Amino acid sequence: MTTIPPRPPNRTDHLDLLESHAIFILREVVAECERPVLLFSGGKDSAVLLHLAVKAFAPQQLPFPVMHIDTGQNFTEVLDFRDRTVERIAARLIVAKVQDTIDQGKVVDPGLLGSRNRLQTVTLLDAINDNNFDAAFGGARRDEDKARAKERILSFRDTFGQWDPRQQRPELWQLYQGKVNPGEHVRAFPLSDWTELDIWQYIEREQMDLPSIYFAHERDVVLRDGMWLAVGPFVEARDDEEVVRLSVRFRTVGDANCTGAVLSSASTLVSIIDEITLANVSERGATRGDDKFSETAMEDRKREGYF
Amino acid sequence: MRTATKDLLRLATIGSVDDGKSTLIGRLLVDTRQLFDDQLDAVAAASEKRGVGDLDLSFVTDGLRAEREQGITIDVAYRYATTPTRKFIIADCPGHVQYTGNMATGASTADLALVVLDVASGLKEQTRRHLCIAALLGVRSIIVAVNKMDAVAWSELAFQRVVDEIVTLSRRLGFQSVQIIPVSALLGDNVVEASGNLPWYEGPTVLDALEGSEAGAWEHTTTKGARLPIQWVLRQPGGGRTYAGMVCGDTLRVGDKVTLLPADIETTITAINFAGESIEEATVGLAADIALADETNAGRGDLIATKPLPKVLNEIHTTICWFGEKPLHVGRRMRMKHTTKATPVRVKTINGVIDIERLDIDESTSLATNEIGLATLQTADLMVVDDYRTNRVTGSFVLIDEATNATVAAGMVGRASFL
Repeated sequence: MTTIPPRPPNRTDHLDLLESHAIFILREVVAECERPVLLFSGGKDSAVLLHLAVKAFAPQQLPFPVMHIDTGQNFTEVLDFRDRTVERIAARLIVAKVQDTIDQGKVVDPGLLGSRNRLQTVTLLDAINDNNFDAAFGGARRDEDKARAKERILSFRDTFGQWDPRQQRPELWQLYQGKVNPGEHVRAFPLSDWTELDIWQYIEREQMDLPSIYFAHERDVVLRDGMWLAVGPFVEARDDEEVVRLSVRFRTVGDANCTGAVLSSASTLVSIIDEITLANVSERGATRGDDKFSETAMEDRKREGYF
Repeated sequence: MRTATKDLLRLATIGSVDDGKSTLIGRLLVDTRQLFDDQLDAVAAASEKRGVGDLDLSFVTDGLRAEREQGITIDVAYRYATTPTRKFIIADCPGHVQYTGNMATGASTADLALVVLDVASGLKEQTRRHLCIAALLGVRSIIVAVNKMDAVAWSELAFQRVVDEIVTLSRRLGFQSVQIIPVSALLGDNVVEASGNLPWYEGPTVLDALEGSEAGAWEHTTTKGARLPIQWVLRQPGGGRTYAGMVCGDTLRVGDKVTLLPADIETTITAINFAGESIEEATVGLAADIALADETNAGRGDLIATKPLPKVLNEIHTTICWFGEKPLHVGRRMRMKHTTKATPVRVKTINGVIDIERLDIDESTSLATNEIGLATLQTADLMVVDDYRTNRVTGSFVLIDEATNATVAAGMVGRASFL
């Protein structure tokens, strides 16, 4: 059989193509939807997403606000990063607090040391409703989890915020279709096709600012359920646990009481990339207690309206 | 590693249910060490729980609860693999006919289709259907993994019988590159490691074939006209506007003579930016913004093009894959989304339905769910289109139900040459 004649070498590498695709998606959703918002946790993925959003609309201001779902159990370094980033790009920040949802009696307080991970969904959906948002950008990637691997780039949510994996809209070519009826919304994931390594290579290429906890530092930690947890306001050492001071960094950033640290001496972007290239455990497997509830923990939470 | 630039190859796996698509992808990911230890442990635990042996590789991609319970693929799973020079985006598509829309979703952006079929049963109707859809969607290269060779005692005769079938169909469908490889996804033969059980086969493994295929074929078009469908108008400091969009067809350069359509205004590109920074040229796939010499009232949905120019039409001959639950009839009104433009549309005529077995057009005035047919559409606005065979961006559209906003059809301008 015949073969296709070779083309001139690509002048754009995979990061350029991923970047342009994400910018294209950001612009499409903003053009098609009435009231978009960008969900910003202060983690590396949403930091890349926000960086791309600024690029997509430069030299103009960001044409939508950013929103942080605040569980009240954050690392302070991440809150500092959130505030300095939002100030630098002069974006409007909305903070929706899980504490308010608890105070309103909509969910039960799990206590200071309990996980608020699942409660965030209620706060998120209320904030989307209260602000009449019809599109919410998120930094989720398909390589993170097997349920996310199945989700469309524009993911339709009904009036209860639910995802129905059996009834997804066909999403052909680059024809992203974000029209919804009142009360419904779409989640848009411009980083769907990025992997953890792509994210870090891009951060390094763009020399982006990040929360300091992504880089190796000395910290008091305890070993619990196979994860190194940072001792602090939300994690107290139990009687049978020994507090040790180790050089660690965080591979993902979630709540302080369910995000584990990894032992690491990687203190620069370049050394982090080297470390990830050689890693034999996935980022969520290494560090996220919230994914360990069951085989389909992420799918079950997504169906309810989780990020 | 970090300094090496990689290109990007998008592939879709297609084929009938139970021929082993998900198992092959699982094998490919495991044998190229793309999976982390905890992901492999999770697959092993899920396999044990459902009593399907030590490691059911299909669980690597079949991630939904219902998929694992029923042992089928319902929707596209996207997986990623990296080699020193290439990043792969793998769309593992479902085989069942009721999920044809999901299969088309996965194949619509593919540079290449990886076809998996069972050597014992050859080309099933669903595989023929998928190959036909892939060809319609403009996929030009296929790698065919003839699977389950272990179950026919590695027989060259059994393989050759299937090869003849594939070659005949591939010629008919006009694929430009066809590589056929005997494999056992279950045991790993010829997926990543060359097989010792097939001394009569001297060709590449599936991984070899993937690494040797053309990346970026999706954007590769046969005309040289550059197009920029306008997504968004950016206001520049000190006045003036630039028009943002993703370039397709060919490179745009500062100084190029361009035509704004459908207004038909000729002008010149005076500047090109990317993310607020000035650049000299915008290559295919770049989300750039451009400034024009003349004041125009251009906006979202308009298109900037170099010659040869696309057509401006309000009556379009199309090929349609119908996903709606009820049949499509003449007179049906919907909304069309084409590039960055949406317009009301009415079905003027249905000109036949494709017979997948014979690859011919049967007379019909309606299209049932998952049928593919020819239809003439009237649009409320003037549309700027290329034939799909020459440009996959300006030649494609979706149809949307106005009441539910559901995507009910995928459409292509013109018709495939094999019909």
